[in-house]
Amino acid sequence: MMQPFTNLTSTALPLRAENVDTDQIIPARYLTAVTQAGMGDGLFSWWRYKRDGSPNPDFVLNQPQYKGAEVLVAGRNFGIGSSREHAVWALTQYGFRAVISPGFADIFYNNSLKNGLLPVRLPEEIVNRLLDLIEEAPQTTISIDLENQTIALPSVSGEQWTARSFDIDPFRRWCLVRGFDELDYLLDKDKQISDFEASATF
Amino acid sequence: MGKTLFERIWDAHVVAQDEGAPAALYIDAHLVHEVTSPQAFATLRERGLSVRRPDKTFATMDHAIPTRLPTSPGEQSPAGQQVKAESGTERGGGSLNSVDMALWPEDAATQVRTLRQNCAEFGITLFDIEGDIQGIVHVIGPELGITQPGMTIVCGDSHTSTHGAFGALAFGIGTSEVGHVLATQCLMQKKPKTFAINIEGALGTGVTAKDIILAIIAKNGAGGGVGHVFEYRGAAIRQMSMASRMTICNMSIEGGARAGLIAPDETTFDYIRGRAYAPTGEAWERAVAHWRTFQTDEDAVFDREMTLDASALAPMVTYGTNPGQGAPVTGRVPKADDLEDEAERRSLQNALAYMGLTEGQPIEGQHVDIVFIGSCTNSRIEDLRAAAAIAKGRRVSAHVEALVVPGSKAVKAQAEAEGLDRIFSEAGFQWRGAGCSMCLAMNDDKAGEGKYVASTSNRNFIGRQGPGSRSLLMSPIMAAAAAVNGRVIDVREIL
Ligand code: SF4
Repeated sequence: MMQPFTNLTSTALPLRAENVDTDQIIPARYLTAVTQAGMGDGLFSWWRYKRDGSPNPDFVLNQPQYKGAEVLVAGRNFGIGSSREHAVWALTQYGFRAVISPGFADIFYNNSLKNGLLPVRLPEEIVNRLLDLIEEAPQTTISIDLENQTIALPSVSGEQWTARSFDIDPFRRWCLVRGFDELDYLLDKDKQISDFEASATF
Repeated sequence: MGKTLFERIWDAHVVAQDEGAPAALYIDAHLVHEVTSPQAFATLRERGLSVRRPDKTFATMDHAIPTRLPTSPGEQSPAGQQVKAESGTERGGGSLNSVDMALWPEDAATQVRTLRQNCAEFGITLFDIEGDIQGIVHVIGPELGITQPGMTIVCGDSHTSTHGAFGALAFGIGTSEVGHVLATQCLMQKKPKTFAINIEGALGTGVTAKDIILAIIAKNGAGGGVGHVFEYRGAAIRQMSMASRMTICNMSIEGGARAGLIAPDETTFDYIRGRAYAPTGEAWERAVAHWRTFQTDEDAVFDREMTLDASALAPMVTYGTNPGQGAPVTGRVPKADDLEDEAERRSLQNALAYMGLTEGQPIEGQHVDIVFIGSCTNSRIEDLRAAAAIAKGRRVSAHVEALVVPGSKAVKAQAEAEGLDRIFSEAGFQWRGAGCSMCLAMNDDKAGEGKYVASTSNRNFIGRQGPGSRSLLMSPIMAAAAAVNGRVIDVREIL
């Protein structure tokens, strides 16, 4: 059972970078595990730690004003590269529940949905606006309403931000809201799968 | 209106399509490796499920395994990393068929043992490092004839797109999805869009399939294909060997695409004929007749289309930290001011700061510390032959460490039968066992901090080839030329 996602109100972490790849999200040396545990420590490891293992104070994840943020806002093309679901586990174990970007790599997008991490696609100029706002005022909260597919910034006046809607495919939304696992859906199709196998000539 | 090759394969595999839901797509072959599967098998065990079709599931080990054994405990591996050895036994290199895992790093050994246990428990065929068949999952699938036209193929690895070279719809999946396929042989998939990439003209001497795909990605960007399946078409593709077609399809994912496809033809059938899992006798005839139907109709329409003239290409080299940041060897690193898009400018500046390169510098002449010839992109016998032809009679530059890592044991054996290993060794290259190696640096094959790696692999991400490593992606002949010159040169100058 996946953690259901309905509403989220949280501060957000600005990651002003494009093409953030899965090797940056979680480097290969964290892939040696045979369980899901321990991935949160490896999140953004190349940026987050200096080579001697101490925290890099320049990296936004280590800045106190963004502690506890459950929303990550990043530049275009987030999650490119490998299929490693470890990237999503790292993000969720660290505490993120939603990522906002102008676009996501396909496999990362699919992996997120299977782990209750909501990937939100918004037009680039709106993402840039969000980045500006949370860089200027880190205490800004973002409210995501999945059922109604809207993003609001309750503490920001209407001139700077009006609620925006985002797209997500209805089946995926349905699964997220209920914490429904696609595996159950497929297991339910047992009869159709058997019929398909019986009719296959190749 | 006719169908595209993609639509033909897709339509033949939809098991269920509920309104508003993604399709449940049937999977014909599922490839499994040690790194992305343990948590999926754990899910099966937790839920008391079995593997629905062990006969359609094949496993091997490639990502985490060492490609050579330490000859003594604590020995320095060539790229300057400490090889962890736990026992005091002295041990020669050479054959990895009999493996003393006590000499391995503990976590790699655990992953391999876990895979063995999972395959035994769930009845899955495992091509083990202790047997004669083993290698990078995308090299051995085709080699064994498991990969066939018209199939759907998945693996918990993004470079599953490689198998598209045979006209199979093949793509990478996450670990949750590995579990779905193990349990149900099906996957929930939203139908992607289609993108025709027409490659016309003939490649010039010294220009290869790797240069074509790097040029496509440089043109479209690393995210240019998101949501799409590429179909590579045109005269240049039809003339290509299967090895070259696999190189192109392999890097579809670097172009952001879900998968890459090439329609099967006589070259495809000739490659498959006689392989271990290929049909034989009358079944072969029927299979070929069936495979021939996997074509795009003349009147089919693609969602997007682009055309590239192969004859206008030069060898390509990447200078940045994503595979879209590449240029011809005859060109220069771009200047930020020349880029219109602000995000692209920032991306370039960050990349160059990491790479230690300067705006506007010529690509040719860039210093190289390490050369890596290997990976599922370029580790097949044709790649090694081409690289060996450059290495022959030359010496690896004194400041360069160069390694050649065959894609599979079969490639290694073939290369040794042809004497390629001797050519490489005499030139000063190290000759290794099969595996992913420095493509992702999960084992001890790591480039050191700040080192420039001329690499035939597919990803130049920050730290991909070891902490602080700086990758310059290129073709096998370009990498071999860089090894013997100690810097990036246009291989055409020495052909
Ligand atoms: S060779 Fe590299 S890209 Fe290919 S499967 Fe191995 S790690 Fe992945």
